[in-house]
Amino acid sequence: MSNKILEVQDLTIDIPTPSGTLHAVQSVSIHVDRGETLCIVGESGCGKSLTSLAIMDLLPRKAVRKATRLELAGESVFDIGERRMSDIRGDRMSMIFQEPMTSLNPAYTIGDQLTEALRRHKKVSRREARDRAVFLLEKVGITAAASRLGQYPHQLSGGLRQRVMIAMALMCGPDLIIADEPTTALDVTIQAQILHLLAELQREFNMGLILITHDLGVVARIADRVAVMYAGQIVETGTAKQIFKNPAHPYTRGLLACIPIPGQTARGAHLGAIPGIVPSLVGRMPGCHFASRCSEVRDNCTTAPIPQFEGAEPGRSVRCLLADEATGREPAREGAA
Amino acid sequence: MNEVVLDARDISRSFMISQGFMRAKRPLHAVNGVNLKLHRGEVLALVGESGCGKTTLAKMLLGLLPPSAGTLELDGQPLASLSHLEVARIVQPIFQDPYSSLNPRKSIGSIITLPLQVQGDKDPASWRQRAEEIMELVGLPRRVYNNFPSQLSGGQRQRVAIARALINRPRVVICDEPTSALDVSVQSQILNLLQDLRQELGLTYLMISHNLAVVEHMATRIAVMYLGRIVEEGEAESVYNSPRHPYTEALLGSVLTPDPSLGVPDTHLGAAYPNPLDMPSGCSFHPRCTKMLPQCAQQAPSPIPTESGHVECSLYEENKGKMRITS
Repeated sequence: MSNKILEVQDLTIDIPTPSGTLHAVQSVSIHVDRGETLCIVGESGCGKSLTSLAIMDLLPRKAVRKATRLELAGESVFDIGERRMSDIRGDRMSMIFQEPMTSLNPAYTIGDQLTEALRRHKKVSRREARDRAVFLLEKVGITAAASRLGQYPHQLSGGLRQRVMIAMALMCGPDLIIADEPTTALDVTIQAQILHLLAELQREFNMGLILITHDLGVVARIADRVAVMYAGQIVETGTAKQIFKNPAHPYTRGLLACIPIPGQTARGAHLGAIPGIVPSLVGRMPGCHFASRCSEVRDNCTTAPIPQFEGAEPGRSVRCLLADEATGREPAREGAA
Repeated sequence: MNEVVLDARDISRSFMISQGFMRAKRPLHAVNGVNLKLHRGEVLALVGESGCGKTTLAKMLLGLLPPSAGTLELDGQPLASLSHLEVARIVQPIFQDPYSSLNPRKSIGSIITLPLQVQGDKDPASWRQRAEEIMELVGLPRRVYNNFPSQLSGGQRQRVAIARALINRPRVVICDEPTSALDVSVQSQILNLLQDLRQELGLTYLMISHNLAVVEHMATRIAVMYLGRIVEEGEAESVYNSPRHPYTEALLGSVLTPDPSLGVPDTHLGAAYPNPLDMPSGCSFHPRCTKMLPQCAQQAPSPIPTESGHVECSLYEENKGKMRITS
C-alpha cells in the first residue's frame, strides 16, 4: 500500500471560447503523499488554480475536464457523479481559498459555517460539532474561541478569517487540503503566522497539502516538492532544494532571477527579467510554450511537442530539450510529478 | 543630494467615525504626529501592516487630504499655499492596481496627455510627440497610442500609469504598492524601470509597500509605521542590518526569502492588530511586544535619535539609542 493520497495523471482542461478552444491545462500529472506538501507555482494564467478546481470537481460547467487517472487514496474520484463527489468534498478533501472575505458567507455566523460540513458528513450531534469547532478554533490560535462561534465574518479581521477558513477545512479531518494562495491577501506578519500554522497542522494530522502560490519565498519555506507551471504545462518538478539550488528549466531560472533577495541581490542593481508575455493558449501550439521568451531557444524547440524528461534523481523532471542534452536520457513517460 | 523636497512636520489626520445611529462620533487617529523629510534623489520606503495609516499619509503628501494638524512643505513652500495644479506639478502618484486606476473608456494617448491638458499646456500640437517620448522612456511601443487599457497587459498598464505620472516631469513620485498587483516576472521589469527613471530624471520616490524584499532592494531610507506613527526611521542599510524597534525586527523576520533550508519563521506577534479606534495605552505596540518593559503600558515612548534616523521605543530611552539593551 503506497502512501499516495492523491494521484492525478494527464489532467487536461479545455475551455471553449468564441475564438477557439483554450487549452488551459495540458496533461498535468501530480501526486501527493500523506504528510507531504506539494507547491504548484506559476504566474497568473498558467492554470494552477484550474488544476486545483479540477481535482475538487468544481470547474465551471463549460470547461471540459479529462484525465487518465484521478485517485484519492487509491480510489477513483473522476466522474463519479455529483452526489458521491459532494460526499467526498469537505470530508476527505477540502479547500482553502485566497480571499477569506468572499469565501465566508456574511449572513451566517462562524459557528454555523464551521459546523455545517461536519453535520453534513458525519453523524454527530449539535453539541459534538460545536465542541469540535471550538477545539479547532483554539488549534488555529483563536482566543476566546467559544465566543467567536456567535460572531459574523465582518466582525473578524482578515487574519482571523483566514484562520477560520483553515479550521473549517480541518473540521472533518480530511486526507488532503488544497490551499489556493492562502496568504496572498494578508499582511507579511500574518502570512508568516498562517503558513507556520498550516505546516504545523499538516504534520500533526498527517495530511497531504497542495499549496498553490506565485510567491517563491513561500514555496521555498514550506514545500517538500515543487511543480513549476507555465502556460498550462508543468515545466519542472523536483524537491524544493533541487528547484532552488539547481533550477533546470530556463523559466524557473528566470523566475528566480526576478526576485530581489535581501542580502544577496545588490541593492539597486538590475533584477533579472523575462522579456515578452505569456502566449495565448487558444489553439494548438507546437513545441515549447516558453520558446518565445526563452534566451536559450534552439531551432528544434518550436517544431515538436517537448516531452517531460526524467532527471537523474527520482522525482525530478524537466520539460526542456536542453535538460535532455544535459542528462542524455530517454524521454520519460509522462507523469511522476 | 541634501536638498529637502518634501518636509512633513508633526502632521496628523483624524477621521470622525460613526458609531451607529444616535451615538456620538469618535475620532480615529489615522496618522498621529508624523515627521518625514524627503531629500532629492532618495527612495524612502514606508512599510507597515494594513491599517497603519500609510495611504492616509500618502494622500496628505499628494495634497488630496488636508492634515488636521501640522505643516507640510513642498520644495520649500507650504503646501497649503499652493493650488492643486501646482502641487500636481511637483508630486505625482502611481497606484497599486493598473486595472482600476486607468479609465477604461479613454485611449492610452489621452490618458497619458491628460495631465498636460489639465495643467493648461499652451502647445497642444506637441502633446503627441511628448507622449511618444515618455512612452519610449517607459518602454511602451508607440503603436499602443490609440489602444485602450483593456488591450494591454498588466505590466503595460502600469507603464502607462508611470508615463502619465511623469509627463509633467514631477520632482517627487509617490508609489503606492506599485508592483503588488503584478506577476513576479513583470514586477522585476517595473522595478528596473523605476530605478532607471530615477537616475535619468533625477526623481525622488516615496514607496509604500508591504513587500519587504522589494523595499530592501529599492530603498535608500526606510520608515516603519505602526498605528499612525513612524516607530523607526533610518538609512536602509542600518534599519535592515540592525533593526532596533521590536516591530521592525518582527517585520523583517517575517520576510520569506527563497531559501529551502529555512522553515517558516515564527514572529511571536499574535494575530491581533489593535483596533485603531481603541488605541492601547502607553506604547501602542506593547500588547504585541515580546520585549515589553513595565512602563510600556503607561508611558508612550518619545523619539530617540539614532545614527541615521530615529526610533520610538522605551528600550532605548536610557542609553539614547546608541546600544541595545540585552535582556
